[in-house]
Amino acid sequence: MALLEVKDLKVRVEEREILHGLTLTVNEGEIHAIMGPNGSGKSTLSHVIAGKPGYEVTDGEILFKGEDLLAMAPNERAAKGVFLAFQYPVEIPGVSTMNFLRTALNAQRKARGDSEYSTPDFLKKVREVSKSLNIPQDMLKRGVNVGFSGGEKKRNEVLQMALFEPSLCILDEMDSGLDIDALRIAADGVNALHSPKRAMVVITHYQRLLNYIVPDVVHVMSKGRVVKSGAKDLALELESSGYAQYEDA
Amino acid sequence: MNVAVAKTGNGRAVSDLFASAEGRLPGSPAVIAVRREAFETYERLGLPHRRIEEWKYTDLRALVGEVLPLAAAPDAAALKRAADAVKAHAIAGARKLVLVDGVFVADLSDVKALASEAGFKTLRETLEKDSGLLKTAAIDAVIALNAAMATDGVVLDIADGAQLSAPIQIIHVAIAASASTFTRSQIAVGKGARATIIESFVAAGAKAYQVNDAVLVKVGDNADVAHIRLMDDSPDAVNITSQFVTIGANTKLNFFNMTTGAAVSRMQGFITLAGEGSELSVNGVNLLQKTEHGDTTLVVDHAVPNCVSREVFRAVIDDRAHSVFQGRIIVRPDAQKTDGKMMIRALLLSDEAEADNKPELEIFADDVSCGHGATAGALDDSLLFYLKARGLPEKQAQALLIQAFVGEAIEQIADDDLREHVIGIAERWLERRQ
Repeated sequence: MALLEVKDLKVRVEEREILHGLTLTVNEGEIHAIMGPNGSGKSTLSHVIAGKPGYEVTDGEILFKGEDLLAMAPNERAAKGVFLAFQYPVEIPGVSTMNFLRTALNAQRKARGDSEYSTPDFLKKVREVSKSLNIPQDMLKRGVNVGFSGGEKKRNEVLQMALFEPSLCILDEMDSGLDIDALRIAADGVNALHSPKRAMVVITHYQRLLNYIVPDVVHVMSKGRVVKSGAKDLALELESSGYAQYEDA
Repeated sequence: MNVAVAKTGNGRAVSDLFASAEGRLPGSPAVIAVRREAFETYERLGLPHRRIEEWKYTDLRALVGEVLPLAAAPDAAALKRAADAVKAHAIAGARKLVLVDGVFVADLSDVKALASEAGFKTLRETLEKDSGLLKTAAIDAVIALNAAMATDGVVLDIADGAQLSAPIQIIHVAIAASASTFTRSQIAVGKGARATIIESFVAAGAKAYQVNDAVLVKVGDNADVAHIRLMDDSPDAVNITSQFVTIGANTKLNFFNMTTGAAVSRMQGFITLAGEGSELSVNGVNLLQKTEHGDTTLVVDHAVPNCVSREVFRAVIDDRAHSVFQGRIIVRPDAQKTDGKMMIRALLLSDEAEADNKPELEIFADDVSCGHGATAGALDDSLLFYLKARGLPEKQAQALLIQAFVGEAIEQIADDDLREHVIGIAERWLERRQ
């Protein structure tokens, strides 16, 4: 069943069109990779799906579970099950990771009409999840991402993914700023969370990440459109031939 | 002598204020003479206005207009309402001293429990013998008016070496609408003593009342004092409060003020480091909304060498509110090795919010380390989006970031329970925004 349907999406930033009619369908449980050169519009797509301000959708639509995603505020999208793992997760001094996680989880549950977690129940859950992802407890006491290494920030994103249990995860260049060990740890976390009900969209510049997270479908983006889609071998082909052949497409 | 009589906005002569209250003001004939002199000072100066440098940003003539008549002494119904308010605002475990509409109320206070640990009198009692408490080093029209009109207050004497087992909470409850209260208190902390003092200003249904409060604080050598003020007035109140603080040697004073109400408020502090080797920490938070005007004015005077002073202030300004911070650090010629720093940060939540930050250093010594910083800005959009992308609605995302913003000042309160109490007041302010 189609989880995410992006149809002929046109997006502008400050009068300049970045996406020129992008179409993409992601079904439940699938892993999609979106590859493409810098400036092809990969991150713009992820931002528009999550609802970041500053982007003007001039045409097309995005349906999530059949509903109009663009009509929803970012927090409503999160509560519906959209999760964007940020390329550069922000640091929030003065807000402990634990407080942030509890506030966010309960806000999502409240929006869905579920009961909010009590503090002991929440603590139990966050301990279970962080243990399964090998995240040390002291990380949770610190300010959100404050003083975290690049790898820790990405693991914090994976922890949130595990806690919030979204049905669509968009990983925006999660390999940027990570060494190979940190990348493997983060990717292991993502793989552990993949399920028949949970789809993943992996946005990456390099094929490297796809050694760890194996996609069902690979899309090549260029100049604001998906110019080619194929099986996972397409990524390997791109690695050897480069993006140049698509630049003029 | 021909003195021009100051008139209020509606033409009523201000001298009516004193004449109509005189019969109710406590004090011996000598004290009444001191009061009359103070009132003449006030009459001569009139309410402070923008052409007086210290009041440039808080023009009381424009903001307040006139001083309301003295509140009547509370009746039985008022005391019953006050009792409920005291219950709601009392800090667990603290010994309470309650003033209702400017009158000390023993029945609502823990005088007996306090007696074993600290000396206590009311201002009313003290003034029967002595006018000393009506005199202060710094003087302006508001302080002079307070000296003239003060009806009551608490006079605390914490003996040398006393280690208070519980905090003392002075609770000012406003009951009367459209009336003024004038209170003056003294807190004397002896050598080597350890104490936590909280002052709370709350309303029990009172509207449009005016508070003019003065507190004289004297801290001896080798003492350790936490002094916390919580100005949680009703939204249409006026609260002008003046603190006169003198600190001895090798003493620690941790002062914190939070404003979460009042149409017009000003906390002016005159703090003198009079003994070497002391550490002063002065912190505060102003949470302002609607058209509220909140002013923090501080003069920290390093009169002797080798003291440290730190000021951390945060102002959160919503709607068309106006925050004022004036901080002056004076380093006297002898006060070598002074280490004085102040930092004020204002968070503007609306395009019409206004912050005036005026830090000043007056340094007359040559071997010192002093500095100040002032910033004003909006909430960071990238942080807001991150929180919203994780499911927090806009206002809740803002609230979390505002809490973090004021956290740095509130964290200076060492006691966990007190800090939680203060955070609770800040959270209620944030809920009122939602």
